[in-house]
Amino acid sequence: MTLLKEFILPRLLQWAMVIFVGVTITFLIPRLSPVNPIDQALGRLTAFQNVEPEGVLALRATLEDLYGLGGSFFDQYIAFWQRVIRGDLGPSFSAFPRPVNELIGAGLPWTIGLLGSAVVLSWVLGVVLGSLAGYFPHRLWSQVLDKVLIVVYPIPYYILAFVLLMAFTYYLPIFPLVGGAKGTPGLNWDYISSVLIHSFLPAVSIIVGATAFRFIMSKALASTETSSDYVTYAEMAAVPKRKVLFFYVTRNTMLPQITDLALSLGAIFEGALITEVVFAYPGVGSVLYNSIISADYNVIMGITLLSIVGIATASLIVDLSYPLFDPRVRFR
Amino acid sequence: MTTVRDLFRFSPSFRYGAAILIVVAVLVILSFVSPYAPDKRRAVPRNEPPSAEYIMGTTSTGQDVFWMLTFAIRNTLIVAGVAVLIGRSIGVMLGMISGYLGGTVDRVLSSIVDSVIVIPRLPLVILIASILRGEMTILTLAILIGILDWAYPSKRYRAQILTLREREFTQTAVFAGMNTIKVVVQEHLPFLIPFLLADVVSGFLFAIGFEVTLSVLGLSDLGSQSIGTMIYWGNYYQALLTNRTWVLAAPIASSVIIVVGFYLISTSLSTYLDPRTRLSRMQVKG
Repeated sequence: MTLLKEFILPRLLQWAMVIFVGVTITFLIPRLSPVNPIDQALGRLTAFQNVEPEGVLALRATLEDLYGLGGSFFDQYIAFWQRVIRGDLGPSFSAFPRPVNELIGAGLPWTIGLLGSAVVLSWVLGVVLGSLAGYFPHRLWSQVLDKVLIVVYPIPYYILAFVLLMAFTYYLPIFPLVGGAKGTPGLNWDYISSVLIHSFLPAVSIIVGATAFRFIMSKALASTETSSDYVTYAEMAAVPKRKVLFFYVTRNTMLPQITDLALSLGAIFEGALITEVVFAYPGVGSVLYNSIISADYNVIMGITLLSIVGIATASLIVDLSYPLFDPRVRFR
Repeated sequence: MTTVRDLFRFSPSFRYGAAILIVVAVLVILSFVSPYAPDKRRAVPRNEPPSAEYIMGTTSTGQDVFWMLTFAIRNTLIVAGVAVLIGRSIGVMLGMISGYLGGTVDRVLSSIVDSVIVIPRLPLVILIASILRGEMTILTLAILIGILDWAYPSKRYRAQILTLREREFTQTAVFAGMNTIKVVVQEHLPFLIPFLLADVVSGFLFAIGFEVTLSVLGLSDLGSQSIGTMIYWGNYYQALLTNRTWVLAAPIASSVIIVVGFYLISTSLSTYLDPRTRLSRMQVKG
């Protein structure tokens, strides 16, 4: 019961808070802007294609709800929330009658796959390499790794991905240039291997960036742990170094990393979006990019809302997994 | 001054970082004596590869890449500077209020800050930028980045203030009858300045990254030069496919060098401020 009350409940509240703040910000943005997005959007839409008048009216109604520009301020806010809760984000502009949900839904599995593997791999790699480098700070390999990752870490995701793209598809054409996969989807080896090859480079570009961050943090934590008494005792008691490292030091550095992973999921997600744009990977990032080009506000709005809810939920799940790793929380 | 001297003596990463930033500063100064206006097209022959006359070649619209780059670096640094100023002011203020007042105010502010940290910022920025498309200037871009980058810093400042609040001199000041604002501004702010410095540098990294990303997506002020817009126009004119890589290489290389320079300064500052490493440095000295 104490676990529920002291651990799970505050996190659920925090989750609700994140979604509340995020949706409220998304609601406020179009109101604070000096231009009326509806007129601008409708103007741009009707300038390029013929839409029947009823269609325009329907669009205007959805837009007014979504941007919160019809009725009184409070009514608008309520209407906006109702749409969010129903998950009804209206039709897309550029692919007119198709609903936004369908467009985003098509990209979602790709992004989740890319993001999921990047998060897991970069976290494990970062924690393991970081604690190794923190435990053996004077070895040559740890110094080299340290220097390399310190140079890689601050490089913007876009630049990193773009350089990788240029290097490995253009100058050394090892990997396919763009896209998600070749052939028809199915559970056969050809299709799966094609998915893997296509996603390799995008995944690497996120993993490199995210691992560098995790590594730097994990190394700092591990070097603090290494200087603490229990490590000295364990070494004096001739506990094998491997055991000291992985069962004592790494285990202790893992815990703050879980909390931090929950906080940094948003940043990794941003990296995934950019990577998808660079590699034309068919995920949410590409949908977003296309909707930027065609000024498809509904889709941009939908992706913004979805990413807020999605990232908040994912970090809630990561946070809730904390007791699995920390016996102090589990047995209290 | 002693701080800078110590850093030069004991921190190689500060030396490299400072060297890079001096080169960057020289480039920025050079932009003021550029022979061409930043947006003048057909000023030089088009599509020239790097040569003695055009150090970094010329673009498809007839601009000299080197002089373009000086303007680009200047604008990117202006964007980053304004963004950092805005972001840190909000961050420091919230951190100080929430750390010093404590209680309910702290709990409410902290949970708002924690929520904002989790929210992915890129989609939000894209939403705002696409609404403002066509009206974006470098300044709006800077403000936009600034108002999104305060949550992490404010969390860190709050932690700092919390430790400062427990120090004896705070009690002394309060007993001496100083009011809260005076205590915070006169007694606590000076302690925060070193942290502020390291944090400002990391803010620069974030802002430069965002500037590049937004410009490459075509969402910033595409009419003015910046590192991001240089890449955007390079891609737009198919620099890669037509084998004019110098157009892209210049902004990409300079952005990497600038961020690494800033990051080296930031790490050396935070190692310098870390009491544990300070101890070992003093032993080296004695």
